[in-house]
Amino acid sequence: MLEDYIRKRLREKDILLMAHIVVGYPSIEDSFELVRTIVEAGVDLIELQIPFSEPIADGPVILQANQAAIADSIRVDDCFKFAQKVTSAFDIPFLFMTYYNILFKRGEERFFAEAREAGIRGTIVPDLPPEEGESYMAAAAANNIDPIFILAPTSSPERINHLARFGRGFFYCVARKGVTGLDTDFSDEMTEFLNQCKRATQLPLALGFGVSSKEDVQFLRGKAEVAVVGSQALRILNAQGIQAVGDFFRGLK
Amino acid sequence: MERPGYYGRFGGAFIPEILSATLEQLQVAFSGAKKDPDFWSTYQRLMSTYSCRPTPLTYAENLSRHLGGPQIYLKREDLNHTGAHKLNNVIGQGLIVGRMGKSRVIAETGAGQHGVATATMAAKFGYSCTIYMGEVDVARQRPNVFWMEQLGARVVPVKDGARILKDAINEALRDWSANMDTTHYVLGTACGPHPFPEMVSYFQSIVGMEVRDQILQQAGRSPSRVYACVGGGSNALGIFNGFFDNSEVELVGVEAGGEGLQSDKHATRLASGRGSVGVAQGYKTYFLQDDDGQMLETHSVAAGLDYIGVSPILSAYHEEGRIRFEAATDAEVLEATRLVMKKEGIIPALESAHALAGAFREAGEMSRDDVIIVNLSGRGDKDIFTIADALGDAAWKSFIVTKAEEYRA
Ligand SMILES: Cc1ncc(COP(=O)(O)O)c(C=O)c1O
Repeated sequence: MLEDYIRKRLREKDILLMAHIVVGYPSIEDSFELVRTIVEAGVDLIELQIPFSEPIADGPVILQANQAAIADSIRVDDCFKFAQKVTSAFDIPFLFMTYYNILFKRGEERFFAEAREAGIRGTIVPDLPPEEGESYMAAAAANNIDPIFILAPTSSPERINHLARFGRGFFYCVARKGVTGLDTDFSDEMTEFLNQCKRATQLPLALGFGVSSKEDVQFLRGKAEVAVVGSQALRILNAQGIQAVGDFFRGLK
Repeated sequence: MERPGYYGRFGGAFIPEILSATLEQLQVAFSGAKKDPDFWSTYQRLMSTYSCRPTPLTYAENLSRHLGGPQIYLKREDLNHTGAHKLNNVIGQGLIVGRMGKSRVIAETGAGQHGVATATMAAKFGYSCTIYMGEVDVARQRPNVFWMEQLGARVVPVKDGARILKDAINEALRDWSANMDTTHYVLGTACGPHPFPEMVSYFQSIVGMEVRDQILQQAGRSPSRVYACVGGGSNALGIFNGFFDNSEVELVGVEAGGEGLQSDKHATRLASGRGSVGVAQGYKTYFLQDDDGQMLETHSVAAGLDYIGVSPILSAYHEEGRIRFEAATDAEVLEATRLVMKKEGIIPALESAHALAGAFREAGEMSRDDVIIVNLSGRGDKDIFTIADALGDAAWKSFIVTKAEEYRA
């Protein structure tokens, strides 16, 4: 499971990197090249976002990539095929990230059975709190896939303790208020939040939202196990192309 | 027992964790207000001194005679301050904002009615205000944008997605997830995550409470049918609330049939059978979506009905069969608008004219002894450009051309 993978990997390095891509953006072929480049750059985990028309937790950069992929007729079926292809080609764990409607519409049991078939190891669904996720968690468990839940700095200590009970694989800690793709202040406040999470769970912590430089990753060493990079890589992809994304990830370590 | 925030299998709170504490805070504030014996009377006093509550119930005598069917009564929400039922919800939420000690409000708007109501409330209560509005709606509802800005609000045109109401909701949710410490999101209809559907229909229920007494006084009996247009569902729930406990009263919701159900250009989630259950914008309900769960583009001549989802409370009543849902096309709506203007001297909002069109279509099935109520949710002045276009009024066009030349000079 993902926890074991992360622990094993942490014997070789002190922080892992998780990259995020939007499947089918800018094209399905480019997505494959992007994954290859990111894996070669030494990234440890990859989130594959299945595009959704109403991505409420995403800011402008990822939002526009979602829209472009949908406008380009990327279907959920294509994302499963893509997952199959990358999980066979590359030896790191892949997770699906998407919004709940994509799972709901396909049927949770079918979604997870197909995800397992495609070699997917975890799922991140930002608009699904565990309160609404009973059948989701059951379907994930039945297929040996880790449903990753999210902890936020706005949640009370009681709430964080409550959420900790549902954890599998690792927790995704959001660095700050707001959506993806905005600036983040890597501050004492964040350290305190991560400490709070540590007290609540034994599972590894991944921190995302606003991680964009070597300094940010350095800040997180010893505080979180995984640094998640999304919008910044997408910005670089948009401005400079796939190779530059590889250089960017190499430069983060 | 049903889980809190659920109506049958609909509703819930499907929101990013970052907003969880904020919705909890809202829930606590709203429950506190409901329990406070002074709260509702404060609300009512404000609505009667700042707006025109109770709004009248008008017997549409000429229309009734013209159609030859039932006695038609109109509940005059168009006479509310700012011209629609939207203010009922907004003033209520404005009071809740005060109880939470927040200083800024944000809102989505489609027709602009909810945006104008929110900007008005913000001006009155001293809150700062940002309104999100799809770029397409900004273009078709310019007069309301003008008023929002004059009232001191910042209007942000939303350029993502289909650039209509649903996209404005997404953008408001994004703003809220960053600024919840100071900011309350004044959702404009009975949709979104719990407790919004419950809270919005609670404030709108003032319409139903008034009208159930008014009809007894004026017609001496309960209505056989009550009609309301359905965008998100707030005006419908408001008026239907007065009659849910009376099974003799048939409740009819009228959705936007756009260019017809054969076309893809409509916003008919319940009446058409085209909607399917899904989860978006924080709640579970019927949506117009494709097989993958991507939301479809919708269309209506009335911006306020041009929406992918519908109140989870209405979806539950739909499945129970307590409310019947119908659709009226753009063409029927314009015809109904014309008729009400000529026969009654009332200019209805295009949204409200859907309810009228639905009622007129069925008038022939009813007798002179039947009494029906149509919720006239808003007035139509805001739609002057759309209505003038649809009627192809030559004098109006030449006025606009002259005006444009004046501005260009
Ligand atoms: C006059 C009027 N009626 C009806 C609606 C539809 O909303 P709801 O279904 O929430 O009443 C709107 C929305 O903007 C409106 O402006």
